[in-house]
Amino acid sequence: MDVDYSRVKTYGDTLNDGAMQVSFTLPVPAGDEAREAARQMALKMGLDSPSVTEMADLGAGFTFFVLYGKCKHAVDYSVIKVPKQQQKVMSFQEVNALIKKELGRRIVVVAACTGSDAHTVGIDAIVNMKGYAGEYGLERYPEIDAYNLGSQVLNAELLVRAVELNADAILVSQVVTQKNIHLENLTELIELAEAEGLRDRMLMICGGPRISHELAIELGYDAGFGPGTLPNHVASYIAAELVRRQKIKAGGQKKKGKKRVKK
Amino acid sequence: MITPVDNKLNLDSGKVKLARETAGKIADRLHAWIGDYTTTTIERAAARLLGIDGADESGVPMANIMVDELARSGMLDRGLIPWLARAIVAREESPQKIAEALAAGSLKVESIPDCAEEKWREVADKLAGEAAAGMKAVKAEREQLKCKAVPPNKPMLYVIVATGNVYEDAVQAEAAALQGADIVAVIRHTGQSLLDYVPYGPTTEGFGGTYATQENFRIVRRALDRAAQKTGRYTNLVNYASGLCMPEISVMGAFERLDMMLNDAMYGILFRDINMKRTFIDQHFSRMINAYAGIIINTGEDNYLTTADAFDKGHTVIASQFINEQLALRSGLKEEQMGLGHAFEINPAMEDGLLMEIAQAQLCRELFPRSPLKYMPPTKHVTGDIFKTYLINGMFNLVSVLTGQEIQLLGMLTEAIHTPFISDRYLSINNAAYIFNNAKHLGEEIIFREGGRIQERAVFLLNEACKMLQEIDEIGLETAMEKGMFADIKRSRDGGKGGTGVIARHKNYYNPFFTIFMNDTEAEEGRLF
Repeated sequence: MDVDYSRVKTYGDTLNDGAMQVSFTLPVPAGDEAREAARQMALKMGLDSPSVTEMADLGAGFTFFVLYGKCKHAVDYSVIKVPKQQQKVMSFQEVNALIKKELGRRIVVVAACTGSDAHTVGIDAIVNMKGYAGEYGLERYPEIDAYNLGSQVLNAELLVRAVELNADAILVSQVVTQKNIHLENLTELIELAEAEGLRDRMLMICGGPRISHELAIELGYDAGFGPGTLPNHVASYIAAELVRRQKIKAGGQKKKGKKRVKK
Repeated sequence: MITPVDNKLNLDSGKVKLARETAGKIADRLHAWIGDYTTTTIERAAARLLGIDGADESGVPMANIMVDELARSGMLDRGLIPWLARAIVAREESPQKIAEALAAGSLKVESIPDCAEEKWREVADKLAGEAAAGMKAVKAEREQLKCKAVPPNKPMLYVIVATGNVYEDAVQAEAAALQGADIVAVIRHTGQSLLDYVPYGPTTEGFGGTYATQENFRIVRRALDRAAQKTGRYTNLVNYASGLCMPEISVMGAFERLDMMLNDAMYGILFRDINMKRTFIDQHFSRMINAYAGIIINTGEDNYLTTADAFDKGHTVIASQFINEQLALRSGLKEEQMGLGHAFEINPAMEDGLLMEIAQAQLCRELFPRSPLKYMPPTKHVTGDIFKTYLINGMFNLVSVLTGQEIQLLGMLTEAIHTPFISDRYLSINNAAYIFNNAKHLGEEIIFREGGRIQERAVFLLNEACKMLQEIDEIGLETAMEKGMFADIKRSRDGGKGGTGVIARHKNYYNPFFTIFMNDTEAEEGRLF
């Protein structure tokens, strides 16, 4: 199949057919006019020859539609670059061994569900002893001191605790995303950390079902972890990144030293 | 109860009896001390029962102001009602006027003179009797409306709305009722469980849900009653009598004709890190109010399986249901008012996972034959693949109709993505309605192979639950929770939020509602043991 990666269209059963399914609700009563409104909506979305395959009356003046159409848009796949975590995933043993060998001290991780979010499922899966899907949580790592502060922790409180515990990394979990509350919360934490001059003292990492690494970077975090993340993914990143930073620091000092020698 | 419950699982009735008796002993151990204490929210609930409502200009509820003032003057250990009754005798004003005077600072707690006990008691008992009669009137109204309505099919269809804005909730609740929902819950703002007060008035901002306020209850109730006029069916309204204000929210629900309340004896401790003592004391009074108001409670065992594995820890759900049942009976709840919870959380990748779910659901049905079991949908193993989720929800619905569950919280195909869209709810109702109708009498036709996988799993679960209950009986429920025996969550006995709101009762403590609620002439005997 000869796909032109510079002009990729959605695929149904024939290359470049642009086939696409969408479903949505309109706040209008069901009927012929509603069906036409849905069709026009699809046209405006760039779906050619839209066909409403299902119209359902949701009551109280709402109507639900399922539509098929041919999307006229194409995207240039050949130029897409998505920031990714380069870190390869290590096992529980490998992470602990790396920390022991390269850092020679236990690392401190402070984790919390911040703001009004009370959903600790994610943070618990990563941090709690038991872990998730057969992978031990960070609490179980002999070379990591993990503190799970639980839910509804204020951003300021999280930072205070992180300073008290001399944290190497902060993990923030955000599950509730209604009206983008997670973005507000995450942004506030970064801003607070920057205002207090703490941003560079520790790794700042966020996670949650609607978080991606790309989003995390955009918000000013060092890394982000989305659905499917296991404790060792996070641990691998933290350990490797701390080692990398330590080497840079050591390298920087050497350079400085050399400069001095030259003088 | 849908169909007569047979012994399809070949359960040993001696084992069932043993489990129930052991849970009864566990509950009795708590009740040996629960009655020695009151809490700030119990006293605020008493204030609310006597009609104290509203908040000051900074939003502090009158009930809180009064309780705080009494605590400050060291009189709260006698209860709020004795002081309030004396204030009424002295000032010949309504409870509300007295609360407002306290809030305005024009009245001081200490300025109310003592008076003859029989005098203030007479006032207190009269007011309490009137309040109780008001609750009964609401209950009678519910019964009358339900009587007139088309009876619901079982399992009943339960959906949630969660916009954060009560006016938007009302629209969505009404639409859900028109689409066929039998039960609608307004999910609560995620932070409310840790508020030590109940916000006042209508609210339009909340994350993950909407604040439980009395006005919000009223607004959604009206919307559902409006829908009932069109559909001819009665739509039950649900909220959450949980968190730091369990009994107060029960009072609001009793006044505003809520029909169900999430009202677990241990949930707050485990999942909100609320102080153990506080929770056990609060749940007792809160459940008494629900019992008296004819409200069906929902328990939260389903939550265990969001943190612990459904297959490994299935027996903890059963053990907890027995404990919740025994504690509920001790608050005057009938079995018919106990929506004991469990959940369809088996990993979909597991071979024969469906059989394990059938075993667990059928076991719940047979162990608690008179309770309207609450079955919660898959959430833990659900991802953004809406097509797969829709199918898993179909399997969940099939197990439910097969095993005679009653309160079916419908799974949303967009679970793990966002709070439900109006169309998600419609699709979930369609999914369930199709399966419940298409497989209506499947349960009556199916028997399980003797010694087969399903029977074996059920017998195993019951045995493990029995063992767990016996261990808890030996060490006490508090120690069991310290050891993380539920949901894999460990909570320390004295830790958690709200512990400062626990107050040892003075020997002259008085609260007539305990007597009124526990001597409800309308209630039938529940099954102790």
